[in-house]
Amino acid sequence: MRVLGTLRVHRFHYLMMLPGLVLAGMFVFYPIFAAMFYAMHDWSGFTAQKIFVGFGNFLALFQDPIFWNAFGRSIVFLLGTVPLQMAISLILAMVLNMQLLKLSTFFRTMIFLPVVTPVAVIGIVWTFLLSPFNGPVNGLLLDLGLVSQPIDFLGSTQSVMPSVIGVYVWKWLGITLIYWLAALQTVPDEVYDAARLDNCKGHRLAFYVVLPIIKPFALAILLISSVAALNVFPLIMSMTNGGPFFGSEVMEIFIYRTAFAADDGSIPQLGYAAAAGVLFGAVLLGLTALQALATRRTRMATAGSKA
Amino acid sequence: MIARLSPKRIVFGDHAPTLRITLTSVILALLCLVWIYPFLWMVSTSLKSNMEMFANPGLIPQDFMWDNYRRAWVEANMGRYFFNTLIVTVGSVFLVTVSTAMLGYVLGRYRFPGRTTFFIAFVATVFIPQGFTIIPVFELLSMMGLSSNLFGLTLATSGHAMVVFVVLFAGYFSQLPKELEEAARVEGVTFFKIFWYVMLPLARPMVVTVVIMQVLHAWNDFLLPLVITLANPAIRTLSVGIYAFKGEQSIDWTGMSAAATISIVPVVILFVLLQRYFINGLAGAVKG
Repeated sequence: MRVLGTLRVHRFHYLMMLPGLVLAGMFVFYPIFAAMFYAMHDWSGFTAQKIFVGFGNFLALFQDPIFWNAFGRSIVFLLGTVPLQMAISLILAMVLNMQLLKLSTFFRTMIFLPVVTPVAVIGIVWTFLLSPFNGPVNGLLLDLGLVSQPIDFLGSTQSVMPSVIGVYVWKWLGITLIYWLAALQTVPDEVYDAARLDNCKGHRLAFYVVLPIIKPFALAILLISSVAALNVFPLIMSMTNGGPFFGSEVMEIFIYRTAFAADDGSIPQLGYAAAAGVLFGAVLLGLTALQALATRRTRMATAGSKA
Repeated sequence: MIARLSPKRIVFGDHAPTLRITLTSVILALLCLVWIYPFLWMVSTSLKSNMEMFANPGLIPQDFMWDNYRRAWVEANMGRYFFNTLIVTVGSVFLVTVSTAMLGYVLGRYRFPGRTTFFIAFVATVFIPQGFTIIPVFELLSMMGLSSNLFGLTLATSGHAMVVFVVLFAGYFSQLPKELEEAARVEGVTFFKIFWYVMLPLARPMVVTVVIMQVLHAWNDFLLPLVITLANPAIRTLSVGIYAFKGEQSIDWTGMSAAATISIVPVVILFVLLQRYFINGLAGAVKG
């Protein structure tokens, strides 16, 4: 009876959430639980036959060096792109925010261009630009005398990750730039006026005045950038397919290859791929929880020191 | 009085030229040149012949091969893929904006049983990468008989990115003053009408932000359309269509460049027209 009463009082609330909840239920929540279910089965996807193996897939993953390499590469990719992207775009945003710079809209539009270009296009275009045969980037490096022979950017296991990270930062810098510009717009003009009176400018103005004000934005930007960096599949897929010799195989490529498209002609292993996803997701969830705890503790510490 | 647009005016406006501004502008111009070089290369390649492409690394084509565009549009089906992408983008933008605004509104402004659970559930799933959920999503669409049509693709494209938007909307709505609703309720306005006529218009900066972010997401999405269109190439989106160029033995670089150029023109125009709203929207969304 109490349940019915609650439902009646809040019926409009629940009704209004319904479309969103259905959508999220189908494509966010259900897949998470379904993936956990698949992860406990041996399943090729060709037949309906699923053999329950419990934690067998997970045990196999623990001993699979290819999985751990992909796992590590995803983390390297995250740590390689997000800080770089956030730092460069912050500096650029501060420069473009100068009121005397009349061309700032134009520059901003140019830097935003890669963001609105489909990732697959970016990947394919850069594959050519970075090619050791006739590629313009190598052409330029040779002309300038910086290298004596073409670099095989995407063809060697050493240079493939830095190359992919570089292209990713180039691609998404524009969106982070816009986030920072939005943040900078919230800094009141009076703050700049006051700083000018105190003869505070340049990096001191940036570090001690502007940065503390826009700090709340930094957290949101960090969140959005990290989410994006974990979904790097299209760029790597269209540039290297995860190669050479698994050299750029991040988690999502590992999952896709195991689940849908085994190049060596072996049977797809949907259960195994799902288990890999669950394990990776669990680690990320753990990291998110840790980060949330750390943020809360810092916030409480700040509040405590103010009191 | 109409001010004459001289180069000096464009760079400095009404201010006296300073060394600092000149230097900054020059450095930024160089950076932008590096930045847009891939696009210049792409457009230039789309107008070259396949032979010239390897022989002439310069950006100006010798004779303009407009035929590349015809080939991309007709033979590579770019026209069709373009239309598919448009349907998925418009459809998912509508679905996502309306549903996340309503969800965020209720979560952000009302206390009711289950609210905290929903909220934590949404926040907890923010970091789940697409690769993690793609297999069940594909299976679910197959079960519902939607795995090889545009409707299924639109639904799935909407579902994936919505978590961040729900959190953003909830934050935005929770900051609006309470008096607005109370005044409307005293007037006897119903719950849904308050949302539609009072609250949603107030959230316009956030709506614009979500619309643009979803457009970018739908236009850029690759893994989902790739998996879903494996069985039915007729519903490929632009990304997947261009990727298909690569699958052939020798890549048709000039045709691919033409296809790529076609795929970016509409979003570039959209962004140039809307960028003011985008930045103000984001600023308003966080400032509240």
